Amino acid sequence: MRNRRVLLHGVCLLVLLLMLYPLAWLVAASFKPASEVLASLTLLPSRLAGENYAQALNGVGGVSVAQLLTNSLIISGGAVLGNVLSCSLAAYAFARLRFRLRGPLFAFMIATIMLPHHAVLIPQYIVFNQLGMVNTFWPMILPKFLATDAFFVFLIVQFMRGLPRELEEAARIDGCGPFRTFSRIVLPLTRPALITTAIFTFIWTWNDFFTQLIYLFEPAKFTITLALRNFVDTSSQSAYGPMFAMSVIALLPIVLFFLAFQRFLVEGMANSGLKG
Amino acid sequence: MTTRRQGAAWVFLSPWVLGAVVLTLLPMLISLYLSFTDYDLFDAPNWVGIRNYAQMFTEDPRFWRSVGNTALYVVIAVPLQLAAALVVALALNSVKRGKGFYRSAFYAPSLLGASMSIALVWRAMFNDGGTVDSVLSSVGLDLGGWVNQPGWALLTVALLTVWQFGAPMVIFLAGLQQIPRELYEAAAVDGASRWRQLLSITLPMLSPVLFFNLVLQTIQAFQVFTPAFAISGGKGGPADSTLVYTLYLYDRAFTASHMGYASAMAWVLLVAIGLVTALLFRSSRSWVFYADKGA
Repeated sequence: MRNRRVLLHGVCLLVLLLMLYPLAWLVAASFKPASEVLASLTLLPSRLAGENYAQALNGVGGVSVAQLLTNSLIISGGAVLGNVLSCSLAAYAFARLRFRLRGPLFAFMIATIMLPHHAVLIPQYIVFNQLGMVNTFWPMILPKFLATDAFFVFLIVQFMRGLPRELEEAARIDGCGPFRTFSRIVLPLTRPALITTAIFTFIWTWNDFFTQLIYLFEPAKFTITLALRNFVDTSSQSAYGPMFAMSVIALLPIVLFFLAFQRFLVEGMANSGLKG
Repeated sequence: MTTRRQGAAWVFLSPWVLGAVVLTLLPMLISLYLSFTDYDLFDAPNWVGIRNYAQMFTEDPRFWRSVGNTALYVVIAVPLQLAAALVVALALNSVKRGKGFYRSAFYAPSLLGASMSIALVWRAMFNDGGTVDSVLSSVGLDLGGWVNQPGWALLTVALLTVWQFGAPMVIFLAGLQQIPRELYEAAAVDGASRWRQLLSITLPMLSPVLFFNLVLQTIQAFQVFTPAFAISGGKGGPADSTLVYTLYLYDRAFTASHMGYASAMAWVLLVAIGLVTALLFRSSRSWVFYADKGA
């Protein structure tokens, strides 16, 4: 029995090491002189090539990394604010309030989780184009304020359904209207689901390549994710060092978020598939 | 009272309603209309009937190539990813100490793997002379880099997806924890082997979660874009072997400015995903077991 347990841990750790190898490889490559990135299997570079980071910090196409990170931060921060606000409002209505068409509208909301983004992509692009919002951050932020990420509405609905109704009834008897009940009683209790929504929105928006690729074309507006695009077209060896240094910088906020909030992330993901 | 509360409900719902109408319903109708037109974003749309669809199905080999690539990718990536997720979840479920650590660590690639950074790592590792290539060469399998070989490049994309098995694994693990222990105790008393318990208790009890994961991952896999873009330098190469559906749609819409044709492609994708989802739901009747509804 004991042996079995040791064996199990051994296998788990081995698989884990294999899984995390690409991440270690990335960090190692970002410190390697360009000639070593592909040439050797060993993770340790022959010397620490700090020039990769120096070059990466200078930025891409004349735009500094600070600017790229700021752009990413504005978009991700705006998206977080929008999703938390609008999704929690809609979720409260679906989870707790009665209104005509609730059933069909809820079904429609769930269906949009499965809707491929491409079905609405081109008209949305045309609309943002006519509003003069192409090459601005609005196409990434504005939809979030209109609860278009149905996945999070669903996540918060699931959570709100688990809250005891008695609290809201007591609040109502004490004279609270629906808005006070929502802001004073329900919202504070929903905090874990809101945090999950915020973190997922941040990470997904930060990572999102497709939308940024379509809407942003002026280098000064680029996000850090989009800046990596410059390295996609060129696969010349000389660009490898700075490319991976830039990749590490782009990944760092996600890694930090993950390390800080992994409990919320893992539980948010687990809850999304259950209690359906 | 009831009308006042109704009113309140609509106030809460108003951002969502606005989004659903302006950013979902209307765009869907517009894209359906555009799919019957020639439209380059500058001149007014020009009605061409079903020409886009006809052209797509009969005269556009790259369209069929993208369909084939996507189908192949889905068929490789989704089962492998779910199998890995299930096996690791089963293993972790019997781990007593350190379960939280393993769960988080295996989940990490699911968040990081969607990034352009990791897609670039993947390209380098599977490139000629990259880590994977070198390891395979040392055992006599010299492919000269997967990303340069039309027969192997798509598999590189698929493996990146498989690597992100953490998300479905976490859901499997949560499902495993909800299976009542008494079932196993009763089975053990009856002398059922562990293998027997897996087949007769664990898998049937887990089938709703497996179904959920299957539907979700399949829908997502149909829309794969970033890794194919990164690995092929945005072109879908070599020899169109990584030209997945969304990459070709992007190319038609934003490189060639054929918005009408791309809209038609978007609708074909929508219908295809709808059909596959419906088929999965239909098949689920014969293999998904819901405990509360009886056998």
